[in-house]
Amino acid sequence: MKPAPFAYHRPRTREEVDGLLAEFGGEAKILAGGQSLIPILNMRLAAPAHVIDINGLADELVEPALLGGTVTIGPLVRHAAAEGSQLTATALPLLAQALAYVAHPAIRSRGTVVGSIAHADPAAELPAAFAALEGEARVRSARGSRSIAAPDLFVSHLETSLEEDEWIEEVRLPVQGVRGSAVEEFARRHGDYALCGVVALAEPRAGSRIVLALAYIGMGPAPVRLELPELTASDVAGDALEDAVRTLAHEQLEPEDDIHASARYRRWLAERLGVRAARRAAGALEKH
Amino acid sequence: MDVRPRELAPISLTVNGNVHELEVEPRWLLCDVLRHQLGLTGTHVGCEHGVCGCCTVLIDGRPARSCLMFAVTADGADIRTVEGLARGDGKLHPLQTAFRRHHGLQCGFCTPGFLMAALPIYRRAGALSDDELREALGGQLCRCTGYVGIVAAVRAAAEIEAGDSAP
Amino acid sequence: MFGERVERREDLRLLTGGGRYTDDFEHDAAQAAFVRSEHAHARVLDVDVTGALEVDGVLGVYTHEDLTGGFAAPLPLLVPHEGIVRPRTQYALAAEEVCYAGETIVMVVATDRYVAEDAAGRIRVSYEPLEAIVDLARAADAGATVAHAGAPDNIAGRVSEEKGDVDGALANAPHVFEWRFEIERSASTPMEGRAVVARYDERDGMLMVYDSTQAPTGIRGGLAALFGVDLERVQVLAPDVGGGFGVKVMQFYPEEVLIPWAARRLGTPVKWTEDRREHFIGSNHERKQIHHVRVGCDDDGRILAFETRFVHDSGAYCPYGLIVPVITSAQLPGPYKLENYRYEFRAVYTNTVSTSPYRGAGRPQGAFVMERTLDRLARELALDPVDVRRRNLIQPDEFPYEVGVTFQDGGPTVYDSGDYPRGLELLLDAVGYAGFAAERERAAAEGRRLGLGLGCYVEGTGIGPYEGAAINVMGDGTVTVAIGLSTQGQAHETVFAQIAADELGVDVERVQVSTGDTRRIGYGVGTFASRSAGVAGNAVKRAARSVRHQAQEFAARLLEAAVDDIELADGAARVKGSPQSAIPLGRLALVANPLRYAYGAEATEAAVFARKAYSSGEAPLHEDATPGLNAVEYYSPRSGVFGFGMHAAIVEIDPDTCNLLVRRYVIVHDCGRVINPLVVDGQVQGGFAQGLGGAFFERIVYDDTGQIQNASFMDFLIPYATEVPAPELHHTETPSPSNELGVKGVGEAGAIAVPAVIANAVADALERPIDSMPLSPLQLFDMLHPDGNGR
Repeated sequence: MKPAPFAYHRPRTREEVDGLLAEFGGEAKILAGGQSLIPILNMRLAAPAHVIDINGLADELVEPALLGGTVTIGPLVRHAAAEGSQLTATALPLLAQALAYVAHPAIRSRGTVVGSIAHADPAAELPAAFAALEGEARVRSARGSRSIAAPDLFVSHLETSLEEDEWIEEVRLPVQGVRGSAVEEFARRHGDYALCGVVALAEPRAGSRIVLALAYIGMGPAPVRLELPELTASDVAGDALEDAVRTLAHEQLEPEDDIHASARYRRWLAERLGVRAARRAAGALEKH
Repeated sequence: MDVRPRELAPISLTVNGNVHELEVEPRWLLCDVLRHQLGLTGTHVGCEHGVCGCCTVLIDGRPARSCLMFAVTADGADIRTVEGLARGDGKLHPLQTAFRRHHGLQCGFCTPGFLMAALPIYRRAGALSDDELREALGGQLCRCTGYVGIVAAVRAAAEIEAGDSAP
Repeated sequence: MFGERVERREDLRLLTGGGRYTDDFEHDAAQAAFVRSEHAHARVLDVDVTGALEVDGVLGVYTHEDLTGGFAAPLPLLVPHEGIVRPRTQYALAAEEVCYAGETIVMVVATDRYVAEDAAGRIRVSYEPLEAIVDLARAADAGATVAHAGAPDNIAGRVSEEKGDVDGALANAPHVFEWRFEIERSASTPMEGRAVVARYDERDGMLMVYDSTQAPTGIRGGLAALFGVDLERVQVLAPDVGGGFGVKVMQFYPEEVLIPWAARRLGTPVKWTEDRREHFIGSNHERKQIHHVRVGCDDDGRILAFETRFVHDSGAYCPYGLIVPVITSAQLPGPYKLENYRYEFRAVYTNTVSTSPYRGAGRPQGAFVMERTLDRLARELALDPVDVRRRNLIQPDEFPYEVGVTFQDGGPTVYDSGDYPRGLELLLDAVGYAGFAAERERAAAEGRRLGLGLGCYVEGTGIGPYEGAAINVMGDGTVTVAIGLSTQGQAHETVFAQIAADELGVDVERVQVSTGDTRRIGYGVGTFASRSAGVAGNAVKRAARSVRHQAQEFAARLLEAAVDDIELADGAARVKGSPQSAIPLGRLALVANPLRYAYGAEATEAAVFARKAYSSGEAPLHEDATPGLNAVEYYSPRSGVFGFGMHAAIVEIDPDTCNLLVRRYVIVHDCGRVINPLVVDGQVQGGFAQGLGGAFFERIVYDDTGQIQNASFMDFLIPYATEVPAPELHHTETPSPSNELGVKGVGEAGAIAVPAVIANAVADALERPIDSMPLSPLQLFDMLHPDGNGR
């Protein structure tokens, strides 16, 4: 279980990354934390001709930063740094909640937030959090830069809408503000990819009404932000929420069978965990 | 830096305080370089896909899988392995003493990974519930002990350390 | 020191990175990688290795055609049995047909493993795929697809035996039930995979092999025979072994033959270190069996007759013979009296990885079948499952107890000692059985499903044929003990040191135990079947006693005392009651090897004594004495010794996830006299964790085409610390009357009952039968929510 040979590049600037991708594009893989990429390389499930190691980028922020009302996360911000950041705790509790479910401490110390989103694994927590928070990926190439909103970023399992010469230089997440949040998931072992997971955001609306947005983990080819109809607090506590989540789980999720869980079981978990997460998110709202 | 396939790249690793200048293929995993280039065979390799944790070392003070990192990426890093745990005079680190006292190891293969994973957390283990402590030790597989001795050892280490440094 | 909680001697090494595992040797060795069959069943039409030969750094590429003589023949069948009807073992490199996905076809040797894998990836094998048979139940049917082309069926072997008159008893039984029980495939998966390093020195014709094996002496003997050289030309060291649990007992895996072969052929050290994927597809599995049980009982649940007809999944070959189903058959009755018992099994080939013992070795299956049967019949008859067990237990005054069927060693199964009712009552007390019904009801009122399950087992341990120990006293008083069996974490360096230290009156710190090194002792069998303490322990005792006698003889001459008046204590020999007469053991060893040690503080002192010996006019070594203080002794037990245990679990099913939550797990166990409680606790705790893995997390999943669907630690779910609760341990000690130390084995004990206990607890929580293991949240969900929409 050893990687196949590759040409190795360690650029110092984002522009150099652009240049390398312009030259090698589809034959290249970007290496940041490597916690998803290197297992694939070790197993020789992929054998890119070029590996562009961005760990040598100079002058990159190692923690999330607040710019305007947006939290900006650079390409070398590790899971552990984002999880431990005071900014995350205050401005994006949902991100911190989701990060706690990402694998284990020794993985989170290397894995990067941007890398996890770029990897676009629908079974991972961060793409779902990114979708729920309506984040934006700043994408660049030698041809220029652009922003991709969450709904347009994830195409399918491990597939994004990036062109071959593009890479995500930053992820931007609007601060959570008054919105309450929660993450629920069920995995066979602590830290494993979940059989089903869900992140929930609760937003207060006029007249004590609440809008709940859910994004599921491992329940389809790509994470999608799903809004429930406006509910009152008593709706959230009662059958109305359960009915709404059930409808959503049955109409909008596309779980699959694998050796650990059937689609039917996953859908059932989606109902249970969705209700639990929604109630906790709404509960967090009341504390504000 | 640009290195062609199968060419060697010069790197510098600080391991347990010693600086090593090495030449490595970019694809060589850090665990292999530690073991077979530097002869530091205390770091073990159990799965090469990041699940078992036998290869856990400290990189710049944080636990990380040495099977999920290329040695070339670690260029310039400060690495600590199990060989750097006991004091220079051969006295065991309190964590090591605790593992021995509480039978936190049997075959010993996962042990270096557990020690390195526990190193950053053992001092605050006393403040953690059993569930929290087990979660902090998550991501490290042991096939022998059933974890009972390991959890007890990590919990006891800080106390042993306090006893060691008492006048 | 016997019985004391001695901290482990080996820990100092293992905790500091000083352990030496097989891959830690020979960093500059060439490394091997293998091309393994992609198909579960196929004819190999052609192997094109040209692409591999072009890779810079490749030293050799080998197929079956390159092998000659014994290397080209099928690998040996380790444990022959008269019940084997069609023995099949694989070739080291496949000849024409491959019978499981993972079977070795080509070996590549290159400068390092990276390059070896590059080259292996460029080899093109042309296959003619053949139909594969994977499903055990179907494989056993007449007319099934065959796992080996041209075979009439898939039967590897069949054995049956009967005690009493089962049909007669069933015909007269007030109640007769028939049930089917199934146990899925699993695997040992030690943290260290297998590894082999070989170095051949053509100048002296010596082959040195490092092997992560549980049986180095067998590997040595086999290699010597295969190479056609004297035993003395082959040495095998099983250094620190990173866990075994049975999978490393197999002799021979293809790599164990091929790596030494390549080392000799290439004239350079060659290493192969198994990677995790290889371990799943190339190292043995176990467990899969399907049982059909007929049981007859009276109104009180007393079993009048028990029959099981079962099929055992042998995998593609039967390199280990029939040992697993034989053990299942002999040990299924456990602590219960079955006056009329019949088993009949067929070991069946399938196109999957071969099977051989994995911790428990057929016993977890037997315990599952027996314990589920007891719970099911208690439920059918509306009896307390505990009462049913009480009525069927073998009583303390019935030992030695003859089970009435053949044990794994070929002799009768005779339990040496035990007190099962006491163990059961202790367990019930510890788990609070009497109060549980109320607790269960309270929980039910809150919408929580609690269940309590029990399970008992008896484990035959300490089987022959023999083990040996070589003990030698050094001039500085250090006592070296060499045993033939290797160690994979069972504290051999500590517990055997305790035994020797007691016998020789030295501090345990002065005893150094070496394990698994054929250079130190050439005869031995291996560490498996919970046999190390029972067999090697008694050999150490004998060898130490022999050395003690030697020391007494020499000391008696020097101190002019009677032999019986000499005692060994505090590292010295002395006249009883006269500490000032003490001669340090090291000095005595030098005296016993006169004038051969010029260096060392003791040498001068010894010389004085030696002169005395000469001046007496007698020969320096008295009649029958050997130079120095050393002895090699063996112990060969007449039969096994039987440990036992009783487990109970209280579980809860999470209504929101269908997850299994183990609220409490209580263990009462008995392994005879305990040498070191620290170590015994560790063995039981570890066995429990592995048992829990096998009950709820771990399972090898094959698809219909014979591909493993979870050949990684991502998907083969060994539990982490977050998934394994700490069990509550209680001990009883029923010494074995069969050996001098009174000990029984404990290595496998903890794992045996767990699947049965968890199954019984879940069945109790859900109030429905559990007839297959392992369980999973998915299965619990399907049981709790069988209707289509999952509500």
